Amino acid sequence: MRLSACTFAVLLGGSSLSAFPAAARADTTLTIATVNNGDMVVMQKLSPEFERTHPGIHLNWVVLEENVLRQRVTTDIATRAGQFDIMTIGNYEVPIWSKQNWLHPITPAAGYDADDLIKPVRQGLTYKGKLYALPFYAESAMTYYRTDLFKHAGLTMPAAPTYQQIREFADKINDPSHQIYGMCLRGKPGWGENIAYFTSLLNTFGGQWFDMTWHPMLDSKPWHAAVNYYDGILKADGPPGATSNGFNENLALFASGHCGMWIDSTVASGLLYDKKQSQVSDTVGFAPIPKGPYGRGPTWLWSWNLAIPASSKQIDAAESFVTWATSKEYIALVAKQNGWVAVPPGTRASTYANPEYQKAAPFASFVEKAIETADPNGQTAGPRPYRGAQFVDIPQFQAIGTQVGQTLAGTLSGQQSVDLALHAAQASTTRTMRQSGYLK
Amino acid sequence: MRPSIAKKIAIALLGWGIAIVMFFPIFWMFITGFKSEVDAVSTPPHLFFHPTLQSYAEVQSRANYWLFAMNSVIISVGGTVLALLLAIPAAYVMAFFPTHRTRGTLLWMLSTKMLPPVGVLIPIYLILRATGLLDTRTGLVLIYMLMNLPIVVWMLFTFFKEVPREILEAGRMDGAGRMGELRHVLMPLSLPGIASTGLLSLILCWNEAFWSLNLTSSRAAPLTAFIASFSSPEGLFFAKLSAASTLAVAPILIFGWLSQRQLVRGLTFGAVK
Repeated sequence: MRLSACTFAVLLGGSSLSAFPAAARADTTLTIATVNNGDMVVMQKLSPEFERTHPGIHLNWVVLEENVLRQRVTTDIATRAGQFDIMTIGNYEVPIWSKQNWLHPITPAAGYDADDLIKPVRQGLTYKGKLYALPFYAESAMTYYRTDLFKHAGLTMPAAPTYQQIREFADKINDPSHQIYGMCLRGKPGWGENIAYFTSLLNTFGGQWFDMTWHPMLDSKPWHAAVNYYDGILKADGPPGATSNGFNENLALFASGHCGMWIDSTVASGLLYDKKQSQVSDTVGFAPIPKGPYGRGPTWLWSWNLAIPASSKQIDAAESFVTWATSKEYIALVAKQNGWVAVPPGTRASTYANPEYQKAAPFASFVEKAIETADPNGQTAGPRPYRGAQFVDIPQFQAIGTQVGQTLAGTLSGQQSVDLALHAAQASTTRTMRQSGYLK
Repeated sequence: MRPSIAKKIAIALLGWGIAIVMFFPIFWMFITGFKSEVDAVSTPPHLFFHPTLQSYAEVQSRANYWLFAMNSVIISVGGTVLALLLAIPAAYVMAFFPTHRTRGTLLWMLSTKMLPPVGVLIPIYLILRATGLLDTRTGLVLIYMLMNLPIVVWMLFTFFKEVPREILEAGRMDGAGRMGELRHVLMPLSLPGIASTGLLSLILCWNEAFWSLNLTSSRAAPLTAFIASFSSPEGLFFAKLSAASTLAVAPILIFGWLSQRQLVRGLTFGAVK
């Protein structure tokens, strides 16, 4: 008992020390919350260079998995707890949080060259004419395919494929007996997983989430057509257990030679071309994301951005870091340390104009074109009241998207028919929109 | 009647089978930590591969393991000791001086475990923010103590109930007061039970992830936060995650292995009269 009491006293003493931060520090310590993606890991590794050139500013990193990060920073910013000085957030959060005055507007110095930021990416981070975050990297979507399998089947990927052609190709190269599947797509339920891809598919099939009066359109003809296509191709030509496959699982499948085609984020291109991570680096082909019956390009635009919460007490130092990490100089630093193929993609026109980058990344022009043509404000058949390429920029969309994602996974696993599933999804989405005050 | 040899072999095989099934995920995590990222996700999975320490090196270069480990030790031991200090007197009173409300109080305490933690995340977060306890070890020690208190009280109550009242009365006859009775008679008699309760609480604190991820950022983050930092939405990460997980579970696995006799003795305390 005496031992326990002593141990406790020592422990509580030790722990209480950490309850009170050191009183007055001459130096500034910035706490940065970020996601564990390859580009962010590189940023963390190169950050001593920032500390060297900015004496007096120290960096404290909190690296978290995407969903944990989202929950953590949302709690922090909504309660104005001020635990973080810089947050890594998506272009989904930026407009919503800007409206709430949760973010500090950023006005980069002239030398930063904000005009060099790719226009749709910059637009997604702008609210009422002010930038509320700076883009660290951005992505759109493209089609990856195996050139050896296409050659063997006597197929040629068109310069601008349609979804109808993609289905025919998938049927032809599908070979389950050799564990090669014609098409890999996201099936894992979640607003950032299967719904991100499906929304892009839906848009090019002429569908959208809501009409101008915020009535859900899930029971409409384009929704039925898109779900039937998605269901049909994955059931016929997809890998077994597709409802468990998100970005990473499909990346692993494609990189180990089990997918004939894969439509997903452009960020996979660097990983698939990397011999250390991919067994098919010599036989990866790429094409634009296919078009559906609507005819206009499907949209997909996602960016990871660095933002400063209004609750931060070290705005100036935070702005210094955010502008440094998203600058042309930082991109040059990554190129110098890790090679041009490793630079954060999708944010700056100057990166794509650089001949060395074009040489190192043969997919560069595809990625640039995909991002430049991704319009976060449109490209649906009808007018819509929301922004967002593969999402809807309202706070309720995380819940709605995940629920509909589960419905799609349910139809894919054969639990219910497409008609019944969409009817139920329409009812539940209508209920959520009514409870949220969008519908009277 | 002695069991036949065939029956003994069948029971032994069944026992080994269950043990292997239960141990397999830990074994797979352990060997995956020594694979390359491509080998880690290959299908069919490779049992034979070229081992590499690359993932361990990467994990070490990206995070200060010892800081996270020290936080885990301090928070888990602190939370457990504090819970025991409060629970021992509470269980003693409820076991030996029950009132008509004792049963209801015990059930109410247990019912608090049925509340999903996320339901009280915001109020707890605001309280810790207001008291300056966010991202501190003290804050997590208090939360872990509160989290485990119902289980600790229930287990100790059950153990104390096994101690015959007559022994306590004999102590009282010899002049022991309430505290003396508790310290010199009840606690030595229930030591296996108290030890196993403490061990269980320690393991629960060590493995807890929800509160540690939500209430800490950098200074007080324990090993659960360390593991979470190696899961990635984009890119292969299973080898690194397995290496990080192996490093995170190693201390508690070794501790559990060393204390298994005590743990089993405590959990079966009073089971056979």
